[in-house]
Amino acid sequence: MKRSIVALLAALLALPALAIDQGETFDDPDLQARYERLISEVRCLQCQNQSIKDSNVTLAADLRREIARMIEEGQTDAEIADFLVTRYGEFALYRPQMSGKTLMVWIAPFVLALIGLIGLVRVIRHRASLPIEDDAKEGTAE
Amino acid sequence: MNRFIWPLVLVLGLIVFLVMGLRHGDPRALPSPFIGKPAPEFELPTLKNPEVMIGTANFAGEYTLVNVWATWCVMCRAEHGFLMDLAASKSIPIYGLNWRDSRPDAIRWLGELGDPYIASAYDPQNRVGMDWGVYGAPETFLLDPEGTVVYKHLGPLDPAIWEREFLSRMQGVNQ
Repeated sequence: MKRSIVALLAALLALPALAIDQGETFDDPDLQARYERLISEVRCLQCQNQSIKDSNVTLAADLRREIARMIEEGQTDAEIADFLVTRYGEFALYRPQMSGKTLMVWIAPFVLALIGLIGLVRVIRHRASLPIEDDAKEGTAE
Repeated sequence: MNRFIWPLVLVLGLIVFLVMGLRHGDPRALPSPFIGKPAPEFELPTLKNPEVMIGTANFAGEYTLVNVWATWCVMCRAEHGFLMDLAASKSIPIYGLNWRDSRPDAIRWLGELGDPYIASAYDPQNRVGMDWGVYGAPETFLLDPEGTVVYKHLGPLDPAIWEREFLSRMQGVNQ
């Protein structure tokens, strides 16, 4: 009795999983893997912090269907990315293409890391040049 | 004292930057990649008569609005009154793109609320919607007389937005 109640509850808890529409399937595992990778790299424009793989709004389903169709037609990843960018803009891609407009996005992390590194070196140099204080005085310094 | 100046400037700069980001308006509103480019060509059956086709060929010659709407779209209901007023003023031709909707529902809606559109194209499968980069109704495209996309607005229209975002972009049209 107890077991069947637990089983029933577990089944009920799993119900929302039915809402996930994983969309298209391919017989060829390579194409399937490509499809899965592509849809996880496309932003859902209706629900902007989800990929179209994770989202079950209608537009995401449309785009999954369209991407599956393009894969079946033998289009390359670049052609599929172009299709999305001409319609929805660079923002649709989680990994934007390298171009004048998106250069900032690509180099900003390195520039920020460099600024941090320079700051760090300066602080370390400065600290290293300070006179070594007596251990006994520690805590009262400053 | 001096050693606090730079971090302070940095933090203030960051605050200004973040506040600007917050005040930018609707974060869902993205600039359309079609602005400055010809509107993607299409031809679809009209909503009210499946035998009559309508498309980009109908738009050229003057400034035109293309309004993406659906009966399931709450904000479309909100802007409908304004579209009716705009249509009554005869200042610009308004075409509809009925998006991911059902024909009987859409025809009933226009019967109840009035029809501001010269005609609506019927796109239940999101074929044209996808080509136009539509990702949420209501969306309104402003096309110039050559059929180039001048502006796209995401969300309901109202008189203030009309004046600020649309009229200002229509050159040579009496304001």
